[in-house]
Amino acid sequence: MGKFFAVTIIVIAIASAIPILRHTWDPPQDISTHGALIDRQTEETMAEAGIAFLAAQFILAIFIWKFSGRDKDAKITTFPGGATGLVVAGFLLVGTEVLALGVFGVKAWADVYFTPPSANAMPIQVQAGQFAFYFRYPGPDGTLGPLHPNLINEANENFFGLDTTNDADSKDDIVTAEMAIPVNREIHLLMHSKDVGHSFFVPELRVQQDFVPGLDLSLHFTATKIGKYEIVCTQLCGLGHYNMKAYLYVYSQEDFDNWLKKEAAMQ
Amino acid sequence: MHDMSTQAVHHHEPTTFIRKHVFSLDHKVIGKQYYALALVAVLTGMVLSWIMRLHLGWTNLAIPGLHFLSANGAPGDVMTPEYYLQLMTMHGTIMVFFVLTTAPFAAFGNFFLPIQVGAEDMPFPHFNMMSFWVTFVAFLVLISSFFVGDGPSLGGWTQYAPLSAVGAVGGPGEGLGTLLWAASIGIFCIGQLLGSLNFITTTLDLRVKGMSMMRLPLTAWAWFITSCMGLTAFAVLMPACILLILDHVAGTSFFVPSNLVINDQLQPHSGGSTLLWQHLFWFFGHPEVYIAIVPAFGIVSHVLITNMRRPLLSHRVVIYSMGAVAVLSYMVYGHHMFVSGMNPFSSLAFSFPTLIITIPNTIVVLIWIGTLYGSKLRINTASLFALGFISMFVSGGVSGFFLAQPSIDIMLHATYFVVGHFHMVMAVAAIFGIFAGTYFWFPKMTGRMMNETLGRIHFWLSFVGTYCIFMPFHYLGLAGNVRRYQAFVADYMQPLIPVHRFITVAALFTGAAQVIFLYNLIHSRFWGKPAPDNPWEATSLEWSTATPPPFDNFGGKHPVVYHDPYQYGVKSSVGDYVMQTSPEQVATVSEEK
Repeated sequence: MGKFFAVTIIVIAIASAIPILRHTWDPPQDISTHGALIDRQTEETMAEAGIAFLAAQFILAIFIWKFSGRDKDAKITTFPGGATGLVVAGFLLVGTEVLALGVFGVKAWADVYFTPPSANAMPIQVQAGQFAFYFRYPGPDGTLGPLHPNLINEANENFFGLDTTNDADSKDDIVTAEMAIPVNREIHLLMHSKDVGHSFFVPELRVQQDFVPGLDLSLHFTATKIGKYEIVCTQLCGLGHYNMKAYLYVYSQEDFDNWLKKEAAMQ
Repeated sequence: MHDMSTQAVHHHEPTTFIRKHVFSLDHKVIGKQYYALALVAVLTGMVLSWIMRLHLGWTNLAIPGLHFLSANGAPGDVMTPEYYLQLMTMHGTIMVFFVLTTAPFAAFGNFFLPIQVGAEDMPFPHFNMMSFWVTFVAFLVLISSFFVGDGPSLGGWTQYAPLSAVGAVGGPGEGLGTLLWAASIGIFCIGQLLGSLNFITTTLDLRVKGMSMMRLPLTAWAWFITSCMGLTAFAVLMPACILLILDHVAGTSFFVPSNLVINDQLQPHSGGSTLLWQHLFWFFGHPEVYIAIVPAFGIVSHVLITNMRRPLLSHRVVIYSMGAVAVLSYMVYGHHMFVSGMNPFSSLAFSFPTLIITIPNTIVVLIWIGTLYGSKLRINTASLFALGFISMFVSGGVSGFFLAQPSIDIMLHATYFVVGHFHMVMAVAAIFGIFAGTYFWFPKMTGRMMNETLGRIHFWLSFVGTYCIFMPFHYLGLAGNVRRYQAFVADYMQPLIPVHRFITVAALFTGAAQVIFLYNLIHSRFWGKPAPDNPWEATSLEWSTATPPPFDNFGGKHPVVYHDPYQYGVKSSVGDYVMQTSPEQVATVSEEK
């Protein structure tokens, strides 16, 4: 029974590792400038975690195979090095591993969160609400008008609560239900929620950030590949959470300008 | 050493049915009551997970009879999106609080901690009785939300504000359902605080002569450390629940900021903080993970040592590691909030302790595996589950390396990778600990043996089934599959649906295998082979008394302890072990200085 158990553990360990080694379910292809660092960090962690996983399962299995069901008179022996050796090994192996992961991981994190967006980054505002994202572009004046939550009215399509009659800055603002950005241009995303918690997740862009009601948060990124992607909500926000998504179009500068003009005309 | 057990509160054996079996002061009865509650809870939680899994595999599937549970939630037996979230919230809450906290800690701890220290009972039996009944009321309050208004809360077991705090306007179940949730968990906290107080006092004050702290079995140490965590963690969750209730009923705004607009209506709240809830919740929530798993560390050590016929390579190292895990558990909670919008520097501050907490956990695993080397391992259902725990804990643990790093968490946060991680490392691992404890202690608790063949079949199906369910969760997460979705409508998630179907089938099979356990449990309870006092040739105090133990545990005697807890691999008059209470002088392995 012990030997059978040992074999089962080994079979499970190998079977678990196969899809990882074959990259069966990898994340979608990266289209951001910062994503390579995150991907490399993930791969390194996968290598270290994978080795730890396989080593632990194999050793466990081997010891079960070897030491289960022994004779009554068999001699009990002690693992070479005893507890001290294992504690030192634990500290050294795992300590070095986690320290390395932690220290190198800081770089990938810092790239996203510790560097401010560049001065010419393009501002886009995104508002999350049950169960849709809306986007606002500043228009020709380059300034986003102020928000008046009491004016929010979905029936009148005033999703942001803009006062276009009195606020000069709001008059040329362009509100859209889809997000479009020019390729290779840094985007400065200004995020707020109008009701409950939501999140902004675009796997290809390697960005995920919660919307926190009461806080204005921001995020910056640059997309490097033209295409159509999905923005999904990852923070449980109510019954329509699963269906809260929007499309992100990454256009050439020219296509983007045309798109924005078309959207401006529809306001 | 001074015999502290004489300080115990003495109470007489009850004679009426009510005082014997219902409102009992006897820690053993209370332990069994907790176990029974956990059993009812785990069956409820498991059925909920079946329904959810069926829905995730086949979204428009009619599940016969579901409309009986909720006519609105499942019209024509097909689940609505909101009902999925409501079942999910109940599954998580029931499992975390009423199974993973009650079974390994409150159930086994109540039954065995006083016996293992040599006491007649806990020091505050009335508090002990109250702790169970309060927990029972908390369970009823939670379950009642199925049958009121628009059903249970849909906010998830983490109940993030402001969704949880704005009331009915937030969606179905967010009014009365969430209020009942908060009330239930608030009440639950009271039960755990009372229980923790009793556990701590029992360990510190009621040890018999000769039972120094270092002579306590690892289970007793695990329960002691867990109760220290419980005392501080639940003391934070309870006020958080009270504040949440006040936001619902008293017009306060602890967790709701200004200017929220829901359904085009400006909400009448101002000045609250949504992140405050997350900080309070996770300050409880992360220690809670260890409240579930540390007792399992104790049980697995206890069961394995007995079946390896040797003490661990180091008793102290395991105790110190469990202590280190407990202390660190309060410093890591922010890793749940990397993308929450808190200061990005805080993320790094929480990341390092999270990575460091793997060190004591790894050391415990290394000590177990290292002790296995050169042992005389006995394979039985209890030891299989204990070894299965190690395998499961390692598999779930390594995925923690990813989630501990904020940069990687950007991709994996709120995906099925997280679901796979915590189900393996905390939920299933702890459940394996509970199974190991059940097969090991059942003879002492009931006076009868469990059926070994059925036990092994149960183990094999559970072990393989669990991997089939939870390993693919990690793959789904790597591919970006978001959790807490009732259907996968995003284009990039469509190809993942077959994986969900595979998981659903595996979950149904593994769940069905638990019927074997249930049958074994109930059948053996009444018709099992009568158990001897010490069927496993074990050393700790629970095996030195009658099976099942008499009302006062030791039949009017006060045991005296002569040895460290795990004296196996020695030559004594009874075999290869010497009991803690045996005055026999043998050449023993001692760490006691």
